[in-house]
Amino acid sequence: MSLLEIRNLSIAFPSPRGWMPAVEGLDLTLAEGEVLGLVGESGSGKSLSVLAAMGLAPRTARVSADALRFAGQDLLTLPQAARRRLSGKEMAMVFQEPTASLNPCFTVGFQIAEAIQAHEGGSSGERRRRVLDLMRQVGLDEPERRFDCYPHQLSGGMNQRVMIAMAIACRPKLLIADEPTSSLDTTIQAQILALLAELQRRHGMALLLISHDIELVASIAGRIQVLYAGQSMEEGPAAALVAAPRHPYTQALLAALPERAAGSRLNAIPGAVPSPGERPTACLFQPRCRFAVAACRSVRPGYDGAVRCLTPLDASGRPRARMP
Amino acid sequence: MADIAATPDLAASPVRELWRAFAANRAALAGAAIILLILLVALAAPLLAPHSPLLQDRALLLAPPGWTADGSAAHPLGTDDIGRDLLSRLIYGTRLSMLIGFMVVSLSLVIGVTLGLLSGFFGGLVDFLVMRAMDVILALPPLLLAIVVVAMLGPGLVEAMLAVSFVALPNLARLTRAAVLTELGKDYVTASRVAGAGALRLMLSTVLPNCLAPIIVTATMGFSDAILNAAALGFLGLGAQPPVPEWGSMLADSQSLIQRAWWVVTFPGLAILVTVLAFNLMGDGLRDALDPKLGPPTRP
Repeated sequence: MSLLEIRNLSIAFPSPRGWMPAVEGLDLTLAEGEVLGLVGESGSGKSLSVLAAMGLAPRTARVSADALRFAGQDLLTLPQAARRRLSGKEMAMVFQEPTASLNPCFTVGFQIAEAIQAHEGGSSGERRRRVLDLMRQVGLDEPERRFDCYPHQLSGGMNQRVMIAMAIACRPKLLIADEPTSSLDTTIQAQILALLAELQRRHGMALLLISHDIELVASIAGRIQVLYAGQSMEEGPAAALVAAPRHPYTQALLAALPERAAGSRLNAIPGAVPSPGERPTACLFQPRCRFAVAACRSVRPGYDGAVRCLTPLDASGRPRARMP
Repeated sequence: MADIAATPDLAASPVRELWRAFAANRAALAGAAIILLILLVALAAPLLAPHSPLLQDRALLLAPPGWTADGSAAHPLGTDDIGRDLLSRLIYGTRLSMLIGFMVVSLSLVIGVTLGLLSGFFGGLVDFLVMRAMDVILALPPLLLAIVVVAMLGPGLVEAMLAVSFVALPNLARLTRAAVLTELGKDYVTASRVAGAGALRLMLSTVLPNCLAPIIVTATMGFSDAILNAAALGFLGLGAQPPVPEWGSMLADSQSLIQRAWWVVTFPGLAILVTVLAFNLMGDGLRDALDPKLGPPTRP
């Protein structure tokens, strides 16, 4: 049974010209203990979808879905209070900016303890012991000394470790990591990612890793789902998807990685993600797609659970069949 | 910077850091010292005052201060028109001023901050109603509005305090709302929501502590406003009623004597001036200390 199931999730924001769709018909499933990478450029709706699934979309947003299920519970009908008990305990989240995600007014030890207190209680001595243990687990050396530090006294990497300690404090079934390494140094990035992978294995929790870096995601994710402009473009096993992308967007994302630049120039994807008000009615990626044909400008391709493209690519990286 | 991260116990506690920043500002330190002195005087009034503030010495009406040629040593700052010792009245007056300051600031702080929190947090209709109400209060001159309130409640010290608190509300409510809106957009608030924090917890223990810096500064400054406004009401005969030795009403009582006996006007006026100045200096210092971006005051 899947742990998290999102069916046909749509999120729209009000604007002077009517409702602007930010996410359209997104399907996402995550099995227990699975590592799923959610990949896409900025503005493709990755974080928004996840926040909406947790019931935390911005107040102005209109959220609709056929199904939102977590661990057998229907999030759509679950009362607010029960939903709050779930988040933080059963599902936890780590954010992009660790230093900004910690409350500047309290010591890090206090904040980790608060997460335990809110969901599980326990005496203060017991909580302190658990906090120190958690701090050790996430690789913070000298936890006794760090316990009474304020977030501004620690580095970004250490703060991210604190965030992770807070997130895993109640042994959640699902950990969502929203660009957990994007604001960190490259050397720290690898450490944090390795830490997440290790904790995931040790606790057997599901990990939803959101990132724009497809290769980074592929290094620890079993499966990858690629989002573009609020729609699913492609999904599949990580290794296969990176080795032989079937959607031109996935291919372009991979080609844009600095490590894969053939010459001295980076292979940037021309243009930008269309803003919600300017999305084409046909294929969303067509204006930036190097394989676009006439049909791409008139028909919106459907999604078959693996790829959303009229002319999916084959192993050679070329469109498999030309549309007549 | 890396050293700070590596050796966190060298970094001072927030309170000590705040004190260091505050103490670097001489004027603020002087203000704080004066406030401390005034507080001590208020607490020890019965010990310090040479006479009862209400005792009338019929033999010495309008006696000039002790150091002048025809002054009396028993009344260092002279007596008023019915022979009450001015120094004793001023000393007991500090009690009233401090009481007014504390009451007004606490009352307007509690109500103003609550309104601001609700307004910033829930937005929409709540925000609209609260903020438009504050706009209406702001649209009237503060003293005039205080007079209106006292006119409705009737003159008296408690009524004057309520009126002054009412007038002080919009500042605090708007300030809190603005601070809450700024903080609500930050990641740690989202993180707290994700961790399952409820509305009350978010408001009081996540967001409020981060909004405190400007609120503390405004409250300190509000002390002087409260004393000044209450004195103004007293001067108009709407605040403390005779024979209570409130500084503002002391000024009012001596209006007609301004030509004959300078001391009955000067000393209560000076007392108000020094107290208000001390609170403003301390407020300024606190603002500089709490907001590292402003830094210490620099002279061109």
